[in-house]
Amino acid sequence: MTPVLSVENLSVSMTNRDGDLVPVLENLSFNIDKGRTIALVGESGCGKSMTALAIMRLLPEGFVITGGRIVLDGEDLLAARPKRMRALRGDAMSMVFQEPMTALNPLYTVGDQIAEVLYYHRRLSRKDAAEQAVQFLKAVQIPAAEQRAKAYPHQMSGGMRQRVMIAMALACRPKLLIADEPTTALDVTVQAQIFDLLAQLQDETETAIVLITHDLGAVAELADEIAVLYAGRCIETGPAHEIAARPRHPYTRGLLGCVPHLAVGVAKPEVWTDLGEIPGMVPGLGNRGPDCAFLARCANASELCRSKPQPPLGHVEAGHAVSCWRAEEIAA
Amino acid sequence: MMIHEDLRPADGDPYLLDVNDLVVHFRAGRKRLWDKPSFVHAVDGVSFRVKRGTTFGIVGESGSGKSTTAQAIMRLVQATSGQVVFRGEDIMPLTGEPLRKARKHLQIVFQDPFSALDPRRRAGDQIREPLDLLEIGNRSERDARVRKLLAEVGLPPEAADLFPHQFSGGQRQRLCIARALAPEPELIVCDEAVSALDVAIQAQILNLLKKLQRERGLTYIFISHDLGVIQQFCDEIAVMYLGKIAEQAPASALFTAPRHPYTWSLVSAAVPPGPLRDELKAKYLVKGEPPSPVDPPPGCRFAQRCPFAEARCREELPFLDATGHEHYVACHRKDEIGVPDFTPRPVSGPIG
Repeated sequence: MTPVLSVENLSVSMTNRDGDLVPVLENLSFNIDKGRTIALVGESGCGKSMTALAIMRLLPEGFVITGGRIVLDGEDLLAARPKRMRALRGDAMSMVFQEPMTALNPLYTVGDQIAEVLYYHRRLSRKDAAEQAVQFLKAVQIPAAEQRAKAYPHQMSGGMRQRVMIAMALACRPKLLIADEPTTALDVTVQAQIFDLLAQLQDETETAIVLITHDLGAVAELADEIAVLYAGRCIETGPAHEIAARPRHPYTRGLLGCVPHLAVGVAKPEVWTDLGEIPGMVPGLGNRGPDCAFLARCANASELCRSKPQPPLGHVEAGHAVSCWRAEEIAA
Repeated sequence: MMIHEDLRPADGDPYLLDVNDLVVHFRAGRKRLWDKPSFVHAVDGVSFRVKRGTTFGIVGESGSGKSTTAQAIMRLVQATSGQVVFRGEDIMPLTGEPLRKARKHLQIVFQDPFSALDPRRRAGDQIREPLDLLEIGNRSERDARVRKLLAEVGLPPEAADLFPHQFSGGQRQRLCIARALAPEPELIVCDEAVSALDVAIQAQILNLLKKLQRERGLTYIFISHDLGVIQQFCDEIAVMYLGKIAEQAPASALFTAPRHPYTWSLVSAAVPPGPLRDELKAKYLVKGEPPSPVDPPPGCRFAQRCPFAEARCREELPFLDATGHEHYVACHRKDEIGVPDFTPRPVSGPIG
């Protein structure tokens, strides 16, 4: 089966004030099959959102794709003309953003905004598009959908708006959905509902999902594959359960270790033990050398690591690849 | 729970803060001109006590009133009624100089370190400001204190001369903590202080807050929507829903035997993936979102969404009753509905 989306050696750079190109993403590769989900995980500044914007060809001014290929269902997106990209966005590929308030137009009713997608891409009549929009609001479990279709975004709660965003993104049954931190702005119980909704809609539509998140723990449930990004480079990739259970890269281990997970049914220890922390922070753009990007923060770094360049993504097991010179030793 | 002996006052009162029936209502306008104005019941009769040297957690969804509670305690919003006894004195009626003096011991760290710092002033000056305002020490003493505070929160002394935009989010939160520590307060309110930070930075800040608590015997009110953080960080926890405390208990009791159906729902949404989560979510995760806090109906605030609600729940407001050692729950049916089995389930195959 050919993958729905295939990203090969994608590199993105930014032009800085002096007019020099500074790498933002370096040689990023991943594939997603129909009906599957890949999670891109990492801290802010690691290039997760830039990857999403590069795929949508919506990079902000000053950012350029300097190499690689992005192939959506056999079509090379980097060769597509702007008119073709406009036809694809919202139809074959769509995106759900983190902040539903800024992503929705405050001047149109949510029904109109969903209908617009169908009117534009599917050439439905205004009336049919409006009827379909109500059906989609029902599909994302908005109660009293006929009335809510006439509501403006400010009349809805954050969770409702995010449901509207999802309805809009899925209106044309896209092959690819990119969800950029879709639940970060929402309450925990609403988060759980949105994840369930995404999983259920994915079962029905077989959409491939790229899920962007900073919470490695939360994605294990929804994702099939995980790619961990650090400073614009993919440093570990593999099946979600494998990475959650046996992370190899010190950064992945750090990410998993620093989140205090809720433990129910067991008594809490009387004394506080410090959370595992990753010292320091992600190196800024322009401060990334040829050596391992995680070197400065890594507790496992040795002389060997310092003397070598960024390690290649080497396979440790079927489908599980790690970019670390000491991956073998650390696993032992 | 550890109480620092040296901080306990001579009269032996272990409580630093005693909040008594705190009410904050905001006017929300009227539907028609001659109607009575409606009110947002942001905080609706909240009472709790905080022991010295401990961390009191408040957890709830947005709109539950957790931040408004904190701001009313800080006197940043005016409470409609209620008492806040801090260090043995009701600070609600205070104004002017006495209020300023009380605030020396009462500081807050906000969620967003980007908007909590003045972009046009150097970091050192901002940490120094409370010392200047409260006239603590002389000039050189204040400078020395700023350097010491920077070191305590893990920033180099050069940081004093930089502007906020030259720091990362985590470093800015360290600055906010240093500023809160400057007047040597006894109580610090952390209002979602780690929620805006990346997970790795969040761990750094939580470790720092614990270190400072150990060293200075600080008391925290820690507000968060993240149950994992709340469980590990807090000694005692109040679960708020629509302006009221639904359940309050020591951290161990709350997560081994929670009694309120709303707590069950929160827990089921936050348990790590696995068989237990699937089971809890199917049974206890409530649908939809909290109703509007404008003129709420009588009865239990959770009744509309509660799977166990009956007629009585919709008519009569439940009181926060003791059900165990320092464990309080506001539910009419607490004895009938029992406690779910929260023990970890056996794992079959690899879990994701």
